[in-house]
Amino acid sequence: MADKPPASDVETSGHDDAMDPGTAVERSNTPQNPGLAPEHQRVTDLDDKEAKGMERRISLFFLLSIVGSVFAAVAYVIFPIIPGDMGSVRMNNLTVGLGLSVALLGVGIGAVQWAKALMHGHQLVEERHPTRGSEESRQAAVETFQQANKESGFTRRSLIRNTLFGALLAAPIPAVVLFRDLAPAEDPIELMKTTMWTEGVRLTRDPSGVPIRATEVTIGSAFHVVPDGWKDLEHGKLEEKAKAAVLLMRLPVDELNEDPAKTDWSYQGIVAYSKICTHVGCPVALYEQQTHHLLCPCHQSEFDVANHCEVIFGPAARPLPQLPITIDAEGYLVARSGFTEPVGPSFWEREL
Amino acid sequence: MSTTIESTPQADVGRGMRFTNWAANYVDERTSASTAVKTLGRKIFPDHWSFMLGEVALYSFIVILISGTFLTFYYDPSMSHVPYEGSYLPLKGIEMSVAYHTSLDLSFDIRGGLLMRQVHHWAALLFVASTALHMLRVFFTGAFRKPRELNWIVGFLLFVLAMAEGFTGYSLPDDLLSGNGLRIIDGMIKAFPVVGVWISYLFFGDQFPGMEVIPRLYVLHIMLLPAILIATLAIHMVLLVVNKHTQFAGPGRTNDNVVGSPVMPVFAAKAGGFFFLVFGVIMLIASLFTINPIWNYGPYDPSPVSAGTQPDWYIGFADGALRLVPPGWEFVLFGYTWAMNILAPTVVLIVFLGAVAVYPFFEAWVTGDKREHHIAERPRNAPTRTGIGAAGVVFYAVLWAAASSDLIATHFKMTIEGVINTLQVLLILAPIAAFIITKRTCLALQRKDREIALHGYESGRIVRLPGGEYVEVHEQLDDYERWRLLDYNDYQPLTVRPNDEGRITVGTKLRAGVSRWFFEDRVLPIEAKELEGAGKH
Amino acid sequence: MPSSRSPRRSGRRHPLMGGLLLVIGLFVTGGAYAAASTGIAHAQDAPVSQEALVEEGEKLFLANCASCHGMNSEGSVAGPSLIGVGALSVDFQVGTGRMPMAASGPQAEVKPVQFTQPQIDAMAAWVASLAPGPGLPDPKYYAGDGDVANGAELFRINCAMCHNVAGAGGALTEGKYAPHLRDLQPIHVYGAMVTGPQNMPVFSDMNLSPEEKNDVITYLKYLDENPSVGGFSLGSLGPVSEGLFIWLIGLGGLIAVAVWLTARSN
Repeated sequence: MADKPPASDVETSGHDDAMDPGTAVERSNTPQNPGLAPEHQRVTDLDDKEAKGMERRISLFFLLSIVGSVFAAVAYVIFPIIPGDMGSVRMNNLTVGLGLSVALLGVGIGAVQWAKALMHGHQLVEERHPTRGSEESRQAAVETFQQANKESGFTRRSLIRNTLFGALLAAPIPAVVLFRDLAPAEDPIELMKTTMWTEGVRLTRDPSGVPIRATEVTIGSAFHVVPDGWKDLEHGKLEEKAKAAVLLMRLPVDELNEDPAKTDWSYQGIVAYSKICTHVGCPVALYEQQTHHLLCPCHQSEFDVANHCEVIFGPAARPLPQLPITIDAEGYLVARSGFTEPVGPSFWEREL
Repeated sequence: MSTTIESTPQADVGRGMRFTNWAANYVDERTSASTAVKTLGRKIFPDHWSFMLGEVALYSFIVILISGTFLTFYYDPSMSHVPYEGSYLPLKGIEMSVAYHTSLDLSFDIRGGLLMRQVHHWAALLFVASTALHMLRVFFTGAFRKPRELNWIVGFLLFVLAMAEGFTGYSLPDDLLSGNGLRIIDGMIKAFPVVGVWISYLFFGDQFPGMEVIPRLYVLHIMLLPAILIATLAIHMVLLVVNKHTQFAGPGRTNDNVVGSPVMPVFAAKAGGFFFLVFGVIMLIASLFTINPIWNYGPYDPSPVSAGTQPDWYIGFADGALRLVPPGWEFVLFGYTWAMNILAPTVVLIVFLGAVAVYPFFEAWVTGDKREHHIAERPRNAPTRTGIGAAGVVFYAVLWAAASSDLIATHFKMTIEGVINTLQVLLILAPIAAFIITKRTCLALQRKDREIALHGYESGRIVRLPGGEYVEVHEQLDDYERWRLLDYNDYQPLTVRPNDEGRITVGTKLRAGVSRWFFEDRVLPIEAKELEGAGKH
Repeated sequence: MPSSRSPRRSGRRHPLMGGLLLVIGLFVTGGAYAAASTGIAHAQDAPVSQEALVEEGEKLFLANCASCHGMNSEGSVAGPSLIGVGALSVDFQVGTGRMPMAASGPQAEVKPVQFTQPQIDAMAAWVASLAPGPGLPDPKYYAGDGDVANGAELFRINCAMCHNVAGAGGALTEGKYAPHLRDLQPIHVYGAMVTGPQNMPVFSDMNLSPEEKNDVITYLKYLDENPSVGGFSLGSLGPVSEGLFIWLIGLGGLIAVAVWLTARSN
């Protein structure tokens, strides 16, 4: 199928750069363009009565549009919103919207139908010109630059030119520095590594802040936890929660497969893990009490709570950090210490 | 002394016409408007439905501007926390940001507010969708070739800006869904080597979520990005007018003319009418279908999350790319953490988008064709390009589907693990299969066109010949219809020649190899003498 | 053209007679079956005493449940033990049609309910008699007259991650799913929270108090009674359905408009 056409049919490329066809094959024996087809006559061109009828129909659409506009304005008033009544909100949205839709569509259909059925001038021809400027324009452009160069000495005066470029390149540099105060003066990396959890901080319910007793955590339950004191924060509530949110679950002790060095991080089968996904930070909250899987709904990372939350599926790269817990003298669950690693998504300085 | 514009003698002209004459003269004497009317008023625009996709994008953008302006009168981006005092009962007394509160006010307490919110958001989805489809149309018809390569880049920028506008926009209500989206973006930024944590910290103005990000996104969304977008759009339109629009091959249509309707009156009427139709369709959808029910999600809080958390459709390919990464892609080198599970998909997406942006230059390098092209090609007549486009679309589609993996699982009763594993495999195999199938289909369609051009189409009439043989009568196309099948470009693979120093460079060999891949399998255009010889069957 | 009637087939029967006989036969057979099967499963509608209730429940249990749950509710390979699950579990599982399960597995699907409420009460009483377990709550705790705002907040924190913020349901691992929560009976919602069916966590009264549970039920009731204000909700599934809609209906519709616009007029 792919042989070169015979040499006589191929024009040699004696073209200048702008017209070089490259690997295109230009033949001299191609079929000829038959020219424009005869103009198609519409029924409205041939029959005056049809044209008048079409005119009436188009006007009807425009009239319908007027009705729509008026209806929309009236509907705004006669279908008000009654505070607390969701049905009235819906009605207002629906009636004003439908009125406006009719108003807009009426104009659109009428205008298009007018152009299609009644207007003339559908097959006119306009010649193209090469996109490049004419030879005189190009010559004039070149001369303009050459003249400007002569009069300014731009290419000749290299010291002025080069120092100008240097100055222009240096001018934006302060802008980089000006962005530092977009955020407070603290070190963000240190902030990434600290949470509200330290030794003795009680685990409390989200969002009520009520502390949790170990006896309240039955097998199969899942508690959403924030540190004691979170509820009373004046500032930074969401920022602290975004690092300190914890999920508390109780598994049968014989199903819990713990790291031997961390057996005192749980309390009688009750375990606490950071709720912040190690992938990109969504809350990992879907706890399946029979399979002990934790599923993150954002990108489907799965963690196995029975096996220290190791990643069993999905794009997360690290297990969820575990919060070491125990109980205090009154039986409330408390943290033994803070997290022993940064919570949430990975970052460059994480291991440092 | 200036001359006034006179069209008809005073006695024949009505009051309205006289006013128009006076007004036109007044404006022209101060603005040279008549020059513009002369140059642009009878410019010819060709007529094909696929040329209107760009118009859908333009008009939906105007709808966005109009509805968005209304919203700015009521929305306040502040992240200060206030208790809810509006009329939606399930949120009464709940602490939320002012941004969320004002978004709820628009929805429940301001007449027309919900309508404008829904018009704005539906129009935004349509804006990006029509831009994408318009880009595909330009790609598959080769309308990005010289002299339109720069306009392709401008258009690509518009596409990226449109996605950025959409993302900043849907994050403004500060609800749970978009807030989790911001959380994901934050996690992705933090994964970047060296500067990640700092960029996140500076962008959010504090630890995540901070109190600054929504107001900053608001400035981007209503001031900076629209300004850049409108300027870019203006360049796009100017280039369109200067280059004139492409047209499909047809009788009387050549590479050196444009056939169609003039701006005034036909094209203006159709285009203006189409604007009202696009606006009307968006308004109709916004009246009947809920979009982004922020009241269900509640205010953003780092603790809750909804099952079925997806971004708006045009960010889906990025979300899907994140979901398809297998577990454990991270390593630590000299104490520094390389989060490849974020970095790898990011690089893949940038390379993909980059390939889209530079495709015109790649194809120009392969063909070496420096002529101007103003005839839009039928996709079948550029089989390899069409195959590449199909592969790209399928690649994007697999990533897009991956973003809804959990919904696919529940709706089609599959496991999420099965869906994701299948899509991981398809990501590699499906584009290859799509390329092969598409290219072969294009070549087959070209062969069919050739058959029809030479021998006519099957008419359905069966005739029995005297000898007993049954044949189907073929009807020849008329000259005008046949021309559409005959007029296309033919390329041949590059012949490798040594350069001036007598060496064959690696670049030339590479170019010849790619050129062979592009053009080795092709269907030759019909020559005049073949047509004459064809005759009727 | 002779007669306009179509020629009769041979025989004196009307052509439609066969069809009619078939329909009559089906009704007779179906009716007889329905009457018979009602008779089989039918229990006395109003048992007079608790003992009678438990006895009735045991009979029903042995006939319908023991094959998976063991003759003494001790469990088997096919189903867990029911000792200690309480009356509330039975009311939920059987009352929503999940039990009897079509096949043993990690996801009990909602199916048409196979027993009347008195029968369910009987089986519940039987299971409750085996060992102490969660019983039916005071109706005031599922009346749905609680604090809707508190309920919505609790729902978002404890339930939305599996069931979706609008109760549209969601995916779990390995093919399981959390079902949608629309149009449920409040007692069943309460029962699910307390008993933690299958992979749903247990929300005991020490985790969510009975008043808080009532608040959650109030919120679900609000969702049922107040359809989406913006129009059709497209399943409340969020951006995925919205994106599909805009491509298929929005852009598809506008392409249809563009084809009409550029077509030649008649």
